[in-house]
Amino acid sequence: MSLFAHYNYHLAIILAMIGFYTMISRSNLVKKVIGLNVFQVSVFILFISIGVHEDGTVPILREGYEIYSNPLPHVLILTAIVVGIAVTAVALALVVRIREEYGTVEEDQVQAQDEEPGPT
Amino acid sequence: MALALDLLSWALILVGGAFGVIGGIGLLRLPDFFTRIHAGSVTDSMCAPCIIAGLMLQSGLTLVTVKLAFLILFLLLTSPTATHALAKAALHGGLVPGKEHSPAEEHRG
Amino acid sequence: MDTLVDILLLAFIAICAIAILRLRDLFAVTMMFGLFSFIAAGLFATMHALDVAFTEAAVGAGIATILILVTLGQTARREKSQAGRNVLLPLLVVWVTGAVLIYGTADLPVFGDPQAPAHLHVAPYYIENTREHIGIPNMVAAVLASYRAYDTLGEVVVVFAAVLGVIALLGLRRRPAGVEARPRDLEEHQVLKVVAKMIVPVILLFALYVQFHGEYSPGGGFQAGVIFAAAIILYALVFGLDTARQVIPPRILGWLPAVGVLIFGCTGVLTQLLGGNYLDYYVLAENPQTAQQLGILMIEIGVGVTVASVMLLIYFIFAERALGTRTDDGEAGR
Repeated sequence: MSLFAHYNYHLAIILAMIGFYTMISRSNLVKKVIGLNVFQVSVFILFISIGVHEDGTVPILREGYEIYSNPLPHVLILTAIVVGIAVTAVALALVVRIREEYGTVEEDQVQAQDEEPGPT
Repeated sequence: MALALDLLSWALILVGGAFGVIGGIGLLRLPDFFTRIHAGSVTDSMCAPCIIAGLMLQSGLTLVTVKLAFLILFLLLTSPTATHALAKAALHGGLVPGKEHSPAEEHRG
Repeated sequence: MDTLVDILLLAFIAICAIAILRLRDLFAVTMMFGLFSFIAAGLFATMHALDVAFTEAAVGAGIATILILVTLGQTARREKSQAGRNVLLPLLVVWVTGAVLIYGTADLPVFGDPQAPAHLHVAPYYIENTREHIGIPNMVAAVLASYRAYDTLGEVVVVFAAVLGVIALLGLRRRPAGVEARPRDLEEHQVLKVVAKMIVPVILLFALYVQFHGEYSPGGGFQAGVIFAAAIILYALVFGLDTARQVIPPRILGWLPAVGVLIFGCTGVLTQLLGGNYLDYYVLAENPQTAQQLGILMIEIGVGVTVASVMLLIYFIFAERALGTRTDDGEAGR
């Protein structure tokens, strides 16, 4: 069925858009970081879907199995997951520092404090 | 014999699934926080071990069965602890059994 | 049947994402994020990606949730009301981007198609030659640690750079003036203490198992490092930060990420000194398969040490910072 031929990709993109919307429309900085993580996981789902072989199995060599799913996207996504957590850690450290300096983690309040005239 | 084991594993997996649904319904419908986490713990203590036991019967006498047995042990040890920690945290936060919201929330809201 | 499970899991994960978007209580959002990561791990498992599922469950549902919770412990609990904000522009951007992307995926091969280009070019080489070149069953570990070891070196250095960034931002050993760690009331947490004492050794043993069995089953350095860090974080949560700092003093912990990267890098230098290229494992031993497995073992140990110490160090830094502050239970900001 042509509708279900690409459902994995479509749903991954819908998920990515939900994460993207969380990032750009919510003002709380921690929620933006969580939205970034949602976006990342949806991209992982997209990549892994590309590597699936419908008759294949887990890419670990075993007696009796000839066809395996593609191991290359798995390696790429392993790296991507670890890089993603590194980005999240640094982003959350920045949020903690912003909270200490500005007293708030809502982006419009931070911007308002930045724009008001006063001692730099 | 194989048929009996197969039927038994089917029954265990289906019963486990039924307990999962029961736990889910309880999580939604019960009135109080403490009764709700009780329903949640039904999932941890009955649904997952029953399904894993059904899977153990499916895989016969291999290393996979031993690993699944360790998994059941670990689950039975940690899930009730998690429920206990939840209840403890709720009591610490001021939630009183029998009331919907804690006194602090009622005072604020 | 596979299709049905796939569609159901994707529907659940979409509902989770919408809940993350709409909820205003950030602790609830964090728990939904943990659930989201677990469902994603289940999705990866149904798509035959067990290594990825393992890593996503450990990293996403474990470490990321912990880090967000520790951050929330120092910032606010509730998001400010979004009532007055203009949402037309973000909605427009999101709809246009989504429409363009979905239109673009019309050209991608059908999901699971055996004739897709992804299965026809480079992948068959790795699938056919792993047994002969390297001799380990886990093809993902073979590609990660041997065929594409440079990328893994880059990844380890990225993790190291992350801990450098967190140290630069938050500081390594400074405790805010006048703050002492609140001594835990030892009587109150009996059940947690007993169970934690029972399961922390099991988790540590499992981390070692995942590290060294990663060549034969899903696993490897990253997952093992994260599980090891999770065990020590559990210990710190139950017994107090000061007790955990006595287990692994920050003086030593601060050196470990660099030691891990050095182990990885020096494996390459060692192969160069023995006459081969950088990270060319064939010079390490007589039998080529033994040489490859030896090289993979050495770099996986480097990866495991770095990832475990980085995750642990980041948690300690965040938790130290949180000692002097309390969560603002009301809305964010002044």
